[in-house]
Amino acid sequence: MASELTCKELVELVTEYLDGQLPADELERFEEHLVYCGPCVTHIEQMRETIRVAGGLREEDLDAAVADDLLAAFRGWREGAA
Amino acid sequence: MTSAHFSSREDALLVDALRRGDEAAFVELVGRYGALMLRVARLYVPTRSVAEEVVQETWLGVLRGIDRFEGRSSFKTWLLRILTNIAKTRAVREGRSVPFSALAQAELETSEPSVDPDRFFPQGERWANYWASSPPRFDELPESQLLSSETLAVAREAIDGLPDAQRTVITMRDVAGFASEDVCEVLGLSEGNQRVLLHRARTRVRRALELHFKAGEA
Repeated sequence: MASELTCKELVELVTEYLDGQLPADELERFEEHLVYCGPCVTHIEQMRETIRVAGGLREEDLDAAVADDLLAAFRGWREGAA
Repeated sequence: MTSAHFSSREDALLVDALRRGDEAAFVELVGRYGALMLRVARLYVPTRSVAEEVVQETWLGVLRGIDRFEGRSSFKTWLLRILTNIAKTRAVREGRSVPFSALAQAELETSEPSVDPDRFFPQGERWANYWASSPPRFDELPESQLLSSETLAVAREAIDGLPDAQRTVITMRDVAGFASEDVCEVLGLSEGNQRVLLHRARTRVRRALELHFKAGEA
């Protein structure tokens, strides 16, 4: 029988778990651990919230000069395409 | 819209408009992906100004090729694929060709634990390697605090402080919402390495958030 997963081991597998990429036997050990370990459930919840916060970020805008150049290129393309 | 998680369906509508020569659609797409493109291009070429040229060249390629884009992959994946091809060619010409995989490899060679080992009971104790005390809950924080501009700034700073490969992977996966296979394809990474980089990046951001929320309590 495979040994129990410790918390210290589990925290290394969270991204694999969230991506649904844990092999079946490891997934079983992982989920068994969660049944009795509230702190690990909390840790996973922290990771989910972290992902949500990252998803709330927006990349900064391009420099206005670069954006202007792109717009000029677009207008040139449209003229040529028309 | 505050999120950079743009759906493929929204993108597809914009692409249709772009085909018709709609300027507003072009501006919107550049707004969505321009900064991410610059960030990725910067991984390959030596200066910001060369990276800007790569971005510009990519958009020209997009405009020229838009009629051949069939939507088999998402627009953003197609876009980034064009970008990395141009960036790689340009890097060779600039005499600097450090493939992303090499950059990633260097980061993968070092390792660090996901959680400070002091948070677990030490070796030799009955509960060795189990949590010594429960980590704080983020999901009980009010939504207004979890997604406040202050919290977002902490996450932004943590991401900006990451090594290049980790920063790029978390930006693509979690900030811009790319699927893992698309990140692998665009950056030339194996699935496993991509996941290790993402895990480390998330771990550092998580840690920064935990410190931030803890300081807020005090």
